[in-house]
Amino acid sequence: MVKFAHLIPLFPFAAFAVNILFGRRLKKASALVSIGASVAALAIAVMAYIGNAFGGEGSYTVGRWISFNGFALDFGVIIDPLSCMMLLVVTVVGTLIQVYSIGYMHDDKRYSRFFAYMSLFMGSMLGLLLSDNFVMLYIFWEGVGLCSYLLISFWFERPAAARAGMKAFITTRIGDTGLLIGILLLFFTTKTLYFKDLAGLGINDATLTVIALLIFCGAVGKSAQFPLHVWLPDAMEGPTPVSALIHAATMVAAGVYLVARTYGLFLTQHTSLIWVAYIGAITALMAATIATVNNDIKRILAYSTISQLGFMMLALGVGGYEGGTFHLMTHAFFKALLFLCAGSVIHAVHTQDIFKMGGLLGKMKATGWTFIIGGLAIAGVPPFSGFWSKDEILSEILKGGHPVLFGVAALTSLLTAFYMFRLIFVVLFGKPRSELHAHESPAVMTVPLCILAAFAAFAGFFRPVKFEFLTMGVSIAISLTGIGAAYVFYILDNKLLPASLRSRFAFLYKLVSNKYYVDEIYGALIIRPCMRLADIASGFDSKVVDGAVNMAAYLSLTAGKVQSWFDLYIVDGIVNMTANVTWLCSAILRRFQTGFVQNYILIAFFGLAIMIFIKLIGGR
Amino acid sequence: MPFPLLSSIIFLPLLAGLLILFIPKGRTGIIKGVATAATGITLLFTVFMVTGFDYNNTLMQFSEKLSWIPQVNINYHLGVDGISIGLVFLTALLGFLACIGSFGIKERQKEYYFLYLLLNTGMLGTFLSLDLFLFYVFWELVLVPMYFLIGIWGGPRREYAAIKFFIYTLAGSVAMLLSILALYFTSQPHTFNMLELAAAGSAFAKSFQIMVFVGFYLGFAIKVPVFPFHTWLPDAHVEAPTPISVLLAGVLLKMGGYGFFRISFPILKDAAIYFALPFAILGLINIVYGAFVAMAQTDFKKMVAYSSVSHMGFVMLGLASMTVTGFNGALMQMFNHGIITGGMFLLVGVIYDRAHTRDLDKFGGLGAKMPVYAGVLVVFTLASLGLPGLSGFVSEFMSLMGGFTAFRTITIISVLGIVITAGYFLYMIQRVLLGPLNAAWAGIADINKRELFTLVPLMVVTVAIGIYPLIILNYQSPAITELVRQIGGLLL
Repeated sequence: MVKFAHLIPLFPFAAFAVNILFGRRLKKASALVSIGASVAALAIAVMAYIGNAFGGEGSYTVGRWISFNGFALDFGVIIDPLSCMMLLVVTVVGTLIQVYSIGYMHDDKRYSRFFAYMSLFMGSMLGLLLSDNFVMLYIFWEGVGLCSYLLISFWFERPAAARAGMKAFITTRIGDTGLLIGILLLFFTTKTLYFKDLAGLGINDATLTVIALLIFCGAVGKSAQFPLHVWLPDAMEGPTPVSALIHAATMVAAGVYLVARTYGLFLTQHTSLIWVAYIGAITALMAATIATVNNDIKRILAYSTISQLGFMMLALGVGGYEGGTFHLMTHAFFKALLFLCAGSVIHAVHTQDIFKMGGLLGKMKATGWTFIIGGLAIAGVPPFSGFWSKDEILSEILKGGHPVLFGVAALTSLLTAFYMFRLIFVVLFGKPRSELHAHESPAVMTVPLCILAAFAAFAGFFRPVKFEFLTMGVSIAISLTGIGAAYVFYILDNKLLPASLRSRFAFLYKLVSNKYYVDEIYGALIIRPCMRLADIASGFDSKVVDGAVNMAAYLSLTAGKVQSWFDLYIVDGIVNMTANVTWLCSAILRRFQTGFVQNYILIAFFGLAIMIFIKLIGGR
Repeated sequence: MPFPLLSSIIFLPLLAGLLILFIPKGRTGIIKGVATAATGITLLFTVFMVTGFDYNNTLMQFSEKLSWIPQVNINYHLGVDGISIGLVFLTALLGFLACIGSFGIKERQKEYYFLYLLLNTGMLGTFLSLDLFLFYVFWELVLVPMYFLIGIWGGPRREYAAIKFFIYTLAGSVAMLLSILALYFTSQPHTFNMLELAAAGSAFAKSFQIMVFVGFYLGFAIKVPVFPFHTWLPDAHVEAPTPISVLLAGVLLKMGGYGFFRISFPILKDAAIYFALPFAILGLINIVYGAFVAMAQTDFKKMVAYSSVSHMGFVMLGLASMTVTGFNGALMQMFNHGIITGGMFLLVGVIYDRAHTRDLDKFGGLGAKMPVYAGVLVVFTLASLGLPGLSGFVSEFMSLMGGFTAFRTITIISVLGIVITAGYFLYMIQRVLLGPLNAAWAGIADINKRELFTLVPLMVVTVAIGIYPLIILNYQSPAITELVRQIGGLLL
C-alpha cells in the first residue's frame, strides 16, 4: 500500500510558508496558494479514505522524532475510519471556507496574512487528526490553539479582539496543562505514548482513571466544555470564516476527537466515562439556555456550538461512540454552513444584533434558504443530517439506561430547535427592524454556502440509516415543538406566558442572559487573585529579597565606615596619641632643661625636700 | 601536533581585541570590521568543531594539554564533549550576532569592542577548560569586561547595577575558589584536573563533599541565578546595553548551569544526590515565583529578565531529577533559553532604540506599524512560553518528564507555572502589539535589515530544534547518559 497520508498536512504547511514569506508580493494570489494546498490535501484525503474503506487499516510510521538512551518516540500516522472521516470533513469544509473567505476578506489589509494563518491551521488540524501518539497530538493540538489565538485577534486593533484571543489561549492552556500532566502520568505508569496501546492497559484502575480524566481536561478546554467554555463566545471577535472553520466545525471538535481517539482508555475506566457524560450534559443544557436569550447572531451560534459539543461528549460518555462521532461529522457541515450564512448576513447588514435585522429572506435568497437548511439540520428535522445523528445519540442514551441524561438531552434538543428558529424567524422573516441596505453576497460566497447546504442536508446518508421508530417519533416531536414555540413567539408575536409570570421569572432571565455569571466568578476567584499574587511576589522580590541584598550591601558599607572611623580615630588615633603624648612629655620636660645651674640646684633641693617629707610621713 | 582548534576558538577574540587597541580611535569602521570578523571566524571554527565532532564518543575531543605551572600541577587543559559543545556553539553564535547588534553603540567604540572581545574569550574559555584553575581564571575574566560594559555603556543606574553584579558574582566565586582549593588539597595526588577529580570523586567523604558542594553552589547558583540569589539579574539586564544583555542572558547564566554539569555533579555525586530535593524545590520556586514576578513587571526588559529566572528553573528541576531525561532536558533548556532569550533581548533593544522607553503600558497597536517586528516577536514569545513545534517546548517537556520520575508533586506544580508563563507573555504581546495604535508611535519604523539579520539565525535554530530535536539531542545524549551512569542516577 502506498504510504502518502502524511503528505496531507504538508501541503497547507507549505502554503503557510509561502504566504508568510511572500504574502505581500503575492497579494490576492495568496488565497489561491492556500486554496490550492487545501484542494491537494483534500485529494489525498479522499484517496486515503478510499484506501481505508477498501484496504482496511493503513497506519504506518513516518520517522523517529526523538531518541536518547534507549527511549525512542516515532511519529506515525493513524488511518482508521475515524481519522479518515475527519480528514474529509476538515479538508472539505476548510476548502469551502477558504473560497468563501476570498469574498468575505476581499478588502482586508492583512489579506495574505489571513490565508497564511488559515493554511497553518489546516496543516496543524490535519496533523492532529493523523497523530498516532500523544506527543505528536499535543504538538499539533497546541498548533491549532495558536492559530485560533492568531485568528481570533486577527483584527487586533480592536481591544475586544485582542482580549478574546488571549482569553482563548490561556483558558484552553489550562485544560492543556491537565492533558500534559496526563501524558506524563501515562508515560510513567504504562511506558507507552501510543494510542493503539490504550485499550489493553487495565480495567477500572485508579491511576488510569486519573489519566483519563486529565486527558479529558484537555478536551474540555479545546471543546469549550463547562467549566472552560468561557472563551468560545468571546472568540466570535474573529472574522466570521474563522468562527466557521475553527470555532465551529473543526478545531473545537478536536476535544471530542481526542476522547474518541483515546476511547479505548475511557471505555475501560468506567468512572471517567461517567464524568464525560455529565460534563457533556451540563454543558449541552447550560449553553442551550444561554443561546435562547442572546441577541448576537454569532454568539447564539457560538453557544449553540458549545451545546452541540456537549451533546457529543454526552454521547461518548454513555458509550455511544457511533452516535458521537457521527454527530461530530454532521455538525461540522451544518454549523459551518450556519456560520457562513451568518457571515453573509453580517457582510450585508453590518450588524450582529438580530433584533436590528428582519425580513432578509426576500433580499438574500441564497443565504436565506441555505440558512434555513442549516437550521432544519441542527433542529433535527428529517431528512436533514442532524436528525440522523441526533436520533442515534438519543437512542444510545436510552439504551444505556440513563433516564436523567435522556431528559437533559431531550430538553437540549427542544431548546436547540427553539433558539435556532428564533434566530431564523427574527432575521429572515417579518419586517426589517432598522434601516438595512441588505444585498446578496457575491457568488464566491454563496456557492460554498450551497455546497455546504447540500452536505448539511444529505450527510446523514453517509452511513447506513438505522430506523428506531420510538426515538425517531420522540425526536421529531421535540423538534417540531421547539420550532412551533419559536413560531408562536417570534412570528405570531404571542407572549404565551402572562406578564405577571414573566416578571416573576425575570431573575431567571437575568441569570441566563448574564451567562450564569461564570466570567464574573472567574474574574473574582482566579484572575484578580492571580494578578494580586503577581504584585505581591514582585513587591516581595524588590522589598524583601533584593532588600536583603541591598541591606547586606548597606551593612557592609556601614561596617566599612565604622571600620574606617575606627581606623581614623582609634587605630590611627592611638598612633597619633602616642606621638602627641611623647610630644607633650617632651614639651613638659623641655621646661626643665633650661641650662641654668641655679634651676637644677633648685630642683635638686626641692626633690630632696619632697623625699625627706615622704620618708618622714611613710616612716611612721 | 594537530591544529589547536579550541585554543583558536578561545583566543581569536582576544587577539582581535589586542589588535583593536592599535587601531586609531576614529576608525570605527575598521574596529567594527575587525570585531565582526573575529567573532565570525570564531563561529566558523565552532562550526568546524561541531561538524568534526564524533557524538558517539563520550570522551573529550579536540583535547589540548600543556603543562602550565608544573610545581602545583596546573595544566593548560582544554577539551570538548557532548555537554559543552552546544554551549560553545551557542556562545560563538550569540557572540557573533550580538557583535552585529552592537553597531548601534556610538560611544567609546574602541574600548567597547576591546572589552566585548575580551568577554568572548572569557566565556569560551570557561566552557572549554578542563582544569579547575584555568576554569577559574576564565570565569573571573568574564567578570571584569562585564563590569565595565554595564558600568560605562549602560543605562541611568548603570554604576549601581554594575557594582551589584560584580560584587555579587565575586562573592560567589570566592566561595567557589575555596572549594577548588579544598578539592586540590584533598585529592591524591593533588590535582586541578576535572576529569581526574570526577574519576576519583567517590573517594571523597560525604561530609566533605557536602561542604565543597555548597561552596561551588554559591558560585554557580548566583550565576544561574537560583532564588534567592537572582536579584542582580533584573538590575544588570535593565541597565546593560542590548548586546550585553543578550550575552548576559544567553551565555553568562549558562556558566552557572554548566558548572553543575561539569563540576558539582560529576565530582561530588553523593552531595548532588543529597541535595536533589532542595534543588527541585528551588527549581520549582524559580519557575513559579519567577513567572509571577514577571507578570507584575511594566518594564519590558525586566519582564524578560524575570522570565529567564523562571526558565532557568527548568534546568534546576531537570538536574534534580538525576535522570537521563531530566539531564538532557536541563542541558537542552540552557541552549534553547540562550537562543530564545537572546532573541528576546535583541527584540527589546529594537523597540527601545526607536521609542526610548521600555514601559509596556506606553506601547499599544504596534503590530499595525511594525508587521515584521510583530511577527518575529510573536515567534520568540511563543517559543518562550513553550509552544510545541518550537525549541523551548522540547527541553521543558524533557525536564518535566525527568522531574516527574523523581518529584511528582513538585513537577505538577511546575507545570502550572506554564499557564502563568503563557499569561504574562501574551499580556505583553497584547500591550505592545495589539489594540489601537498609540498615537505617539505613528511614525515608528519597522525592524531594519541589520536587526533582522541578527534575529533570523536564532529563529531558524528555534524552529529547527522544535521540529527535529535530534539535531541537538544526538550530540548531547551519549555524554549525558555516560554522566548519569557515572553518578549513579536513573537511566530513564
